[in-house]
Amino acid sequence: MGKTIAEKILSEHAGCDVHPGEIHIVTVDVTLVQDGTGPLAVKQLQSLGLEKVAHPERTVLFLDHAAPSPRKELSNDHVTLRSFAEKTGAVLSEVGDGVCHQVINEGYVNPGDVLIGADSHTCTGGALCAFSTGMGSTDVAIGMALGKTWMLIPPTIRIEVTGTLQPGVYSKDIILHLIGTIGADGATYKALEFGGPTIDAMEQSERFTLANMAVEAGAKCGLIASDDVTREYLDSRGRAANFREIAPDPDAEYERVVEIDASKLAPTVSFPHTVDNTRTIDEAKGVKIDQVVIGTCTNGRLHDLMVAASILRGKHRHKDTRLIVIPASREVYLDALRAGYLETLVEAGAAIVNPGCGPCVGVHEGVLADGEKCLSTQNRNFHGRMGNPKGEIYLGSPAMAAATAIRGELADPREFLS
Amino acid sequence: MKLRGKSWKFGDDISTDHIAPGRYFHLRSNLPELAKHVLEDADPEFAGKVQKGDFVVGGNNFGLGSSREHAPTIIRVAGVSAVMAKSFARIFFRNCINVGLPALICDTDQIDQGDDLEVDLTGGKIENKTKGTVIEFTPLPIVMVEILQDGGLAEHVRKHGDLDLSCGPPKE
Repeated sequence: MGKTIAEKILSEHAGCDVHPGEIHIVTVDVTLVQDGTGPLAVKQLQSLGLEKVAHPERTVLFLDHAAPSPRKELSNDHVTLRSFAEKTGAVLSEVGDGVCHQVINEGYVNPGDVLIGADSHTCTGGALCAFSTGMGSTDVAIGMALGKTWMLIPPTIRIEVTGTLQPGVYSKDIILHLIGTIGADGATYKALEFGGPTIDAMEQSERFTLANMAVEAGAKCGLIASDDVTREYLDSRGRAANFREIAPDPDAEYERVVEIDASKLAPTVSFPHTVDNTRTIDEAKGVKIDQVVIGTCTNGRLHDLMVAASILRGKHRHKDTRLIVIPASREVYLDALRAGYLETLVEAGAAIVNPGCGPCVGVHEGVLADGEKCLSTQNRNFHGRMGNPKGEIYLGSPAMAAATAIRGELADPREFLS
Repeated sequence: MKLRGKSWKFGDDISTDHIAPGRYFHLRSNLPELAKHVLEDADPEFAGKVQKGDFVVGGNNFGLGSSREHAPTIIRVAGVSAVMAKSFARIFFRNCINVGLPALICDTDQIDQGDDLEVDLTGGKIENKTKGTVIEFTPLPIVMVEILQDGGLAEHVRKHGDLDLSCGPPKE
């Protein structure tokens, strides 16, 4: 019987043929923690007398969730991670370098790797065909120190996407539509595998958005076969030698196949307070929005800023709507500066925040007031997520966010295409 | 091993943002202080009223969202002896076991707020003494039982000096 992508990668790392439902010890290639989860991981290793890492050059500690630090307690947490990096030789990603899931893929993740990270959106690496999954601090601490972890081998759900996206519709709309269809627990403990002609033709940036949100359907990972698009991405970062073509076997066995005709999708928005509470923009217009956020690990890449800038060029945000823009990494920031996108966005009234998680986690840089509504390109809209349980969060694409910033209410980006 | 306590009933889709809100991010290295806010966005009175040994009882997809291990940790620090739900989100479920907090999958429709429960962890049964009923829960994978019996993943590694688990094929 053939294997899915997840079964292929995990078989290599378990040293034997694995099957869904089995539990195996697997080797781990790349690990990450961030400033919200790393201090606890470090504390666990210190208490175990295991203050070491198996692969220092591929163990990365990120200061991104509360960076620059808004409080002394968090400044002290940052010191904990800096000291651990110095002691163990692990890599430190400093304040302003960017959000972990962007930076780890830019610099460290290769097809066929196993990546575990103490952050739920670690699944983003699946877009480079790495088995990439989020775990808690202790799991990742043990993986960092010992270079291995235990895994329940997941069954795979194949997401087969055909058809060409209409102008103004993006991969963000595909993934929001999917989660709205199968539910926030539709793939719990399972692997998602995205494929089909639409995915084959999709550029790398848009693929990251799909994989990033796999966990919002409960999935353990969201995988995409590696191909020429992956090869070009790695090549552009000096890692061409690390390219490997990995695809599912033709006779791979899937628990379920979900088919999506991308040509029929409309711009899609998640209403508060769950990601699966989706509507198309036609059913959503007229909701007044106080704050628009463009950025995060879901949609803070160069392509996203380009799309937003193209809609906002020569226009201005609505007077009652704040616009916050966060490039996902230092690389994205520099590229967007050089391309003129940031100049366009600043002229349109945007506040540019340093690379990192921005206001998505509710720590700083855009906490909502009581009763305020925010449209964000982030991945999650839970009650209280952006720092105030009396705030409301809507989720959409960068194009929808740009259109909404102009109108001051949820708006259809297709009305702004030139 | 038997546990006895009162149930605290919650609904579906209780997220880690309900359990450990992001606005208390700065308290993550101060777990006793963070625990004073446990589940605050689902029930603001819970943290002040929960008694040692009580149970948190949810609906579907309990613990969805972030990987923050602080969420199950502060439920345990608050004195809760087990969490029950119809289903759990993956990372939260694994984190519960890693921090030594039993997470039991069962039909929680048979439990109401304040019910007096006795859990037989090894026997796989929950006795609802208020209603006079018995609810079975899904047995944990053997790997998780081993970690739980050692008191969590860190304690497991301390005891064995390694990940020493009964894994590998074939398993039914």
